[in-house]
Amino acid sequence: MLSKRLIVCLDVRDGKVTKGVQFKGNVEVGEPVAMAEEYYRQGVDELVFYDITASAEGRPIDIEMVREVARRIFIPFSVGGGIRNLDDMRQVLLAGAEKVSVNSLAVREPEIISDGARAFGNQCIVLGMDALEVGASEKIPSGYEIVVKGGRERTGIDMLEWAKRAEELGAGEICLNSINADGTRDGYELTATRMVSRAVEIPVIASGGAGTSEHLARVLTEGEADAALIASMVHFLGFTIPGIKSDLAAEGIRVRLETGGGPTS
Amino acid sequence: MIAVLDYDAGNLTSVACAVRHLGHEPEITRDPEVVRSADRVIFPGVGAAGSSMATLEKLGLADALRDVHSAGRPILGICIGCQVVFSRSEEDGGTDCLGLLEGDAVRFSFAEGVDRKVPHMGWNEVRFGGPHAVLEGIPAGSQFYFVHSYHVVPAEPALVLGTASYGGIDFTAAVARDNLVAVQFHAEKSGPAGLKLLENFLEWSP
Repeated sequence: MLSKRLIVCLDVRDGKVTKGVQFKGNVEVGEPVAMAEEYYRQGVDELVFYDITASAEGRPIDIEMVREVARRIFIPFSVGGGIRNLDDMRQVLLAGAEKVSVNSLAVREPEIISDGARAFGNQCIVLGMDALEVGASEKIPSGYEIVVKGGRERTGIDMLEWAKRAEELGAGEICLNSINADGTRDGYELTATRMVSRAVEIPVIASGGAGTSEHLARVLTEGEADAALIASMVHFLGFTIPGIKSDLAAEGIRVRLETGGGPTS
Repeated sequence: MIAVLDYDAGNLTSVACAVRHLGHEPEITRDPEVVRSADRVIFPGVGAAGSSMATLEKLGLADALRDVHSAGRPILGICIGCQVVFSRSEEDGGTDCLGLLEGDAVRFSFAEGVDRKVPHMGWNEVRFGGPHAVLEGIPAGSQFYFVHSYHVVPAEPALVLGTASYGGIDFTAAVARDNLVAVQFHAEKSGPAGLKLLENFLEWSP
């Protein structure tokens, strides 16, 4: 049986993980590669490096960081936030990332999804989408609207319409971030997650709002998500990957309990 | 020398990184003569059977793989490399494959009323059937990372090294015969259990 995936997001700015923490005194605070290794060792299933460059500043992606991660962790990881075009995707994938994630770029240029899927395979393309609860209307029948620029700009696109379109274009996964829940630590947006998960065949990653293991358990069952993305819970709320996974297992949720401290390391 | 086959079937960086991490320097190659002279061959890849086979034939790698196979040197197929070592794949309207093993690759098909996503993507437990040098030190119950829409159906049950379950189906996740081992999962992205399998392969003398 397929396990539910636990994914840790590392938000990188200027070469450091923002809101980073110190692990047992032996890792530089917020050093992205060291944090990735620590979570790998703890048994995380996948990692996301977000905003590895500040795309607004137009700097290229930190490819050397991607290479270094690929040399040191042996689980899938994706890179998102700084992808500007097909060539950026190619560079990131050749450097060893398993997947690339696009969000506002895909809203502006939906063909980046189909171009990327054709060039590298659907499984490489993750569509990130930020959804804001606006109430159901004729224009937004699902009641959730796609927003960009961290929620500051509304697009007039319905969440479900966009999810189905992305799947048709060839996205391999959808990472649904709830703008309402993001940063609250009050739990994931269960309704929106379930709606998207039922509307598409591709895996759905829930993002935004995690504060406890119970929140993950609910979005992976009631929310019907295939994977749950977390950040602050492990960065600075004191949770560990094995701790969260054993909480999920206790709820009857199938997870991968091996850790990175196994036979070879 | 360890050859890693480069035939435009996706990203080889992960495989190369894992082999280097295990203390070996892989030779990433598309030269059939280099493949023929290799001590062992890793045959990775993502993508579709049709285009993979077309490229392998065009580059002369299909014959090189058959030669390495009949010479008895170790071969490890990964993902699409696990499928095209069989006789045939359903993919791309039916594709004749390398035929190193008897059997077919077929698309996931579930019983009526079973609604499962395809591709099968993520971590799943592989139940290994018997002892094999490449499995040494891998704990029972270990999970591996999969991304695939097709799975192999070997002609003989004796080829099956490991099975996994998805959507009510038990499918073949690993096969072995003589000097050939092939795994449907990405050993190079499957954490310590996957690295252990790779390490065992790199030391294996069939």
